[in-house]
Amino acid sequence: MNKEIPLIKDLHDDNRPTINLPDPLEDYLPEKILPEKLLREDIPIPQVSEPEVVRHFTNLSQRGYGVDTGFYPLGSCTMKYNPKINEEIASFSSFANLHPYTPEDLSQGSLEIIYKLGEYLSNITGMDKFTFQPSAGAHGELTALLIIKAYFKDKGEKRKIVLVPDSAHGTNPASATMAGFETIEIPSDERGLVNPNILAKYLNKDVAVLMLTNPNTLGLFEKDILKISQMVHETGALLYYDGANLNGIMGYARPGDMGFDAVHVNLHKTFSTPHGGGGPGAGPVGVKSFLKDYLPKPIVEFDGEKYYLNYDIKKSIGRIRTFHGNFLVLLKAYCYIRLLGSEGLKNVTEMAVLNANYLKERLKDLFHLPYPDLCKHEFVLSGKKQKEKGIKVLDIAKRLLDYGVHPPTIYFPLIVEEALMIEPTETETKNTLDQFVEILKAIIKESEENPNVLKSAPHSTPVGRLDEVHAAKILKVNWK
Amino acid sequence: MYPENLKYSKDHEWVKLEGNIATVGISFYAQEELGDIVYVDLPEIGKTVKQNDVLAVIESVKSASDVYSPISGKVIEVNEKLKEKPEIINEDPYQEGWIAKLEISNPNELDTLMNAEEYKKLIGA
Repeated sequence: MNKEIPLIKDLHDDNRPTINLPDPLEDYLPEKILPEKLLREDIPIPQVSEPEVVRHFTNLSQRGYGVDTGFYPLGSCTMKYNPKINEEIASFSSFANLHPYTPEDLSQGSLEIIYKLGEYLSNITGMDKFTFQPSAGAHGELTALLIIKAYFKDKGEKRKIVLVPDSAHGTNPASATMAGFETIEIPSDERGLVNPNILAKYLNKDVAVLMLTNPNTLGLFEKDILKISQMVHETGALLYYDGANLNGIMGYARPGDMGFDAVHVNLHKTFSTPHGGGGPGAGPVGVKSFLKDYLPKPIVEFDGEKYYLNYDIKKSIGRIRTFHGNFLVLLKAYCYIRLLGSEGLKNVTEMAVLNANYLKERLKDLFHLPYPDLCKHEFVLSGKKQKEKGIKVLDIAKRLLDYGVHPPTIYFPLIVEEALMIEPTETETKNTLDQFVEILKAIIKESEENPNVLKSAPHSTPVGRLDEVHAAKILKVNWK
Repeated sequence: MYPENLKYSKDHEWVKLEGNIATVGISFYAQEELGDIVYVDLPEIGKTVKQNDVLAVIESVKSASDVYSPISGKVIEVNEKLKEKPEIINEDPYQEGWIAKLEISNPNELDTLMNAEEYKKLIGA
């Protein structure tokens, strides 16, 4: 396991037989169809045998870690199991090989899937209309903020502030900056929530939008959301829902009913489509009807007889991505919703919340638990007891790798010292959760008896402890 | 670890006043909490900031955090060394690891900051 896999170029051998490609037809000779500056004498394709290629890539694939290989409690990322039937359906040739420019009358089935997914998501979130172009959550945030910016510009209002709580995902201020807003951070109160009395000090005519994640990144439901919504709207600002944590309330509460004006949904989290290396993701944006004229175009519509692409959206912010977004991801989310139905989706939420609370109760004596209230789908522990003894949460996370578990999110949210953010998801059994507790207990015991084994972890991975400072400062993104 | 001759803010910056020139940096506690610092976004010379405005941004292996100006004034000098070696803040937060020097506009603001004793109480040191 501890062997480094050589780069494929290092397997090159001049003596390996190469494949001779046939000469191109006269009309297609490179020098006839390419400009001279793009012509190259030699192309450094490694000469390797077929078994070497197969072994190289098979070995690399076995170095991967995913939810298919083990427990992956990465908080706020909802690393739930991706049902294989979704992959099978998405690999049907009629979907996988459909050209994005296929005429409408030959792609009715696929257009219907996009349209109906919009209806389902509207139903689940309480919004009126969705765009499926955004490729992921942060792209969805940017899209929604551009829509909100266009809306205020249209009204002749110059609102330049975006408010985010101090527990927000880092993508929120990043998206706000990209969309040309300024971000102001609101401190959370002692409950870990947005407090209306504190919020009141930040609300004024310059505020365009308050971005909220509910349940928030501490896994806590924003109890004052109706009051917050009323206050935000009274100043003429809008309310944006970061859908990263929808898995904690799906089927039980809808952002639209709480007063949110725009939302994004992470299909690759809540709706079980792969993410990370197995992505791509999808971050569709839903809006209330007063914002729908600003959505990116085209939008799939139904005229009673057939589905079509509507380009006639006069105030549209334009395209924010090519074609129709990550269509096969949309298809997988559609399959997931159809497989589970409304009762099934409610059951997902129940199990996600139950699993998180079970783990929280079992781990609360091992670590410090800064917010002991009932949580939703995730919770945050603090490693401050361990830090006093010289063990950082980073050391614990690295040691988890040796036990074959993906570490939880660490050092986030920023308002918790030595944060350890755990989201088990609904697809894990009690057995797996119990094993995780036992592993953490074993690691804490090690930290008392032999702290160096943690400080120098991981020991069983292909590479040991990485130099994060070096990695952050000296970027090397090229194999040469 | 918390020199007596400095003033501290609740956001963990320190100020050293000499005449009307204030040198600003972050406290030992702040650098420890941030972890290994990999980048410092320094302010432009000539920039005016009000007390609690963002003065600089520090990126560590854990997070990117704003550094708030503990005092109002005009930036007259920045620590150029931090561009190449931001880790100086971890190594020596009070001397070599200073961030900016400001020509201050309101010396009374110093009274709103904490002394070493009060600051140590805040962070539980």
